[in-house]
Amino acid sequence: MSTLILRTATRYLVPILLLFSIYLLLAGHNYPGGGFVGGLAASAGLALYALAFDVRSARAMLRVTPTTVSAAGLLIATLSGLPGLFKQLPYMSGQWIVLPLPGFDPIKVGTPVFFDIGVYLVVLGVTMSIIFSLSEETK
Amino acid sequence: MSIIVGLLYAAGIFLMQRRNMVKFLIGLALLSHGANLLIFTAGGLTRGHPPIIAEDATLADPLQADPLPQALILTAIVISFAVLAFALILFLRAYQTTKTDDLHDLRSTDA
Amino acid sequence: MNLLLAPIVLPLLFAILALFALHHPRAQRALALAGTGLLAIVSVALLLSVRAGGIVAVQVGHWPAPFGITIVADLFGAIMVVLASLTGFAIALYSIGVHDRARERHGYYPLLLVLLMGVNGAFLTGDLFNLYVWFEVMLMASFVLLALGCEKPQIEGAVKYVALNFFSSALFLAAAGLIYGVLGTLNMADLAQKVAAVEDKRLLTSMALLLLAAFGIKAAMFPLFFWLPASYHTPPPAVSALFAGLLTKVGVYALIRTFTLIFPLEPTFTQPLVLWLAALTMITGVLGAAAQMEFRRVLSFHIVSQIGYMIMGLALFTPLALAGAVFYIMHHIIVKTNLFLVSGVVHYLRGTGELKQLGGFYRAHPWIAILFLIPALSLAGLPPLSGFFAKLTLIVAGLQQQAYLIVGAALGVSLLTLFSMTKIWGEVFWKAAPGRPEPDAPPALEPARLRLMIAAIVLLAAITVVIGLAAGPLFTLAMEAAGQLMNPQPYIEAVLGGAP
Repeated sequence: MSTLILRTATRYLVPILLLFSIYLLLAGHNYPGGGFVGGLAASAGLALYALAFDVRSARAMLRVTPTTVSAAGLLIATLSGLPGLFKQLPYMSGQWIVLPLPGFDPIKVGTPVFFDIGVYLVVLGVTMSIIFSLSEETK
Repeated sequence: MSIIVGLLYAAGIFLMQRRNMVKFLIGLALLSHGANLLIFTAGGLTRGHPPIIAEDATLADPLQADPLPQALILTAIVISFAVLAFALILFLRAYQTTKTDDLHDLRSTDA
Repeated sequence: MNLLLAPIVLPLLFAILALFALHHPRAQRALALAGTGLLAIVSVALLLSVRAGGIVAVQVGHWPAPFGITIVADLFGAIMVVLASLTGFAIALYSIGVHDRARERHGYYPLLLVLLMGVNGAFLTGDLFNLYVWFEVMLMASFVLLALGCEKPQIEGAVKYVALNFFSSALFLAAAGLIYGVLGTLNMADLAQKVAAVEDKRLLTSMALLLLAAFGIKAAMFPLFFWLPASYHTPPPAVSALFAGLLTKVGVYALIRTFTLIFPLEPTFTQPLVLWLAALTMITGVLGAAAQMEFRRVLSFHIVSQIGYMIMGLALFTPLALAGAVFYIMHHIIVKTNLFLVSGVVHYLRGTGELKQLGGFYRAHPWIAILFLIPALSLAGLPPLSGFFAKLTLIVAGLQQQAYLIVGAALGVSLLTLFSMTKIWGEVFWKAAPGRPEPDAPPALEPARLRLMIAAIVLLAAITVVIGLAAGPLFTLAMEAAGQLMNPQPYIEAVLGGAP
């Protein structure tokens, strides 16, 4: 599988896929997209890298183990439910603050975004650990 | 749609009765797709009216699709994806440890 | 209010922390113990507050009731959560004693906590689809726990377990989809109202039967129990104790919840059906157990027959019978877990579970023998232990309903249970040790680890004795829980009656 063409193409494709995944993640609140698809796109990028080069370098690119990624995601998603509690609202109630940005339209940041980031990381971590262990298994 | 659901169920159950592990697994996958489509059909199908309130509108489109079945199916797809991935690896392991892909040979733990 | 979500969020948080500490077994063990201990305290507090203040409900994410996901605790749910948490604590204690390095590295403790989260979620949710999700959370964790270690029997058991449970999940999903299609809601309280308003019950009965099949597989009811004895004895003892205590009981819980709240049993069709299934479950289970000669297989078959008793309480469908079922579940979770833990100790000390090869335990370890005797006699229903009162209630309820056949079955099964418990007692503990010393004696357990394992068993045995001695107050509690089950109106009001 690891031909020169694929390897060269991968070098350009992976950053694009990762960027696109982040776009999907952030667009997810009002448009089609979201943490799940974003995470899948990102893991597609990493999986492509693992195909073109090898699993070890893909692991190295991720820097931390997939388990840690998904644990971090879970933690973020769980904690994103907490802020609502301070306003005497039930767990997971959405909270929003508007951040004014100089020169741009103000953007709304809310707990659902953090929840989505958590989902993104969990999906990425879980998919990568599935793909890594499957491809290491078959060797 | 209902016919497809029926076909998926029939094919899934047929495959689940085979002795081959891989066919069994494919049968499970088909069965879960059948269940997903069933929710979709039972929840009512609408064409071309996504359940998103347009930017300039304040009320939802009265014809809009019911978002709940979609949410349910998305959840169910994610879950069955995870379970299938796990079952795949498990069956692979089972093949490696028992050296057979015939489900009838997995009898040593039966009573 | 926030107490209600704690049994779900707490194990999740600790599981995440334990995931971060995946390569530090010491930290993991501390986290598991702290997490389950805290969980036990919180759940007892929840039970007390539910008992004092009535049913509580939280609309997660502040979405009003029939649309969002509701988490709700009535007495029955709260009792189940307490039991699950206590069992979890004992299992964590025991697992630390077992000290299985390889499994700890692959996430044994996070999985344990996630499993507890799934179980608690299933007990507390007020939404049918959400129940499905919790089932899956619990099942995923249990799949991995079952297969962890990759020994040959484990894998074979896991294949059957995974396949059957996947199938039952698909059935459950289909039932949920159909219910949504017909009634337009999945909130259990809302469903209860809408079902009561529907004139034509035929379609509803078919859905109820789909749910019965789905939960029946998970609860190991009569025609669908064969996966249980094929898989439960394969994983390490702590894991099979956890499964034996909790997993099938979640199926029973779902059955009781569905057939009291959503589809109350109909005397014309579903009630006799469930009653027959209960009787057959009891009898086949105990006969299977009588034929087995391996410690944990005997116990696995007993789970099946005990499930029959609980379903019998549901099928009789009177407040007293339901109270009996609730009481039976309380007693059963604790006792069954404990028996599996004892069998684990025997296994670790002698390296085998075959009854024929064991013996002389009473002479070698009299304390373990007595610790076995408490849950075993309780399981068979000897007074004054917990099982006696549970069975007595069910039988009195059966006599009141003049369901003499099932009462006869229950009494006969009870006798056979006693028989197979004495079989284990005679073979393992009483009989002189087989002459030859074990050819491959397993490495002796360090006393400190054995002490931890024994501590877990003593804890559970103490709870059994307490259930037996405090049967009066606990029985009132069970009666109250059953009263809530038989009269779902307060439940519906708590869920639908405005946001808290």
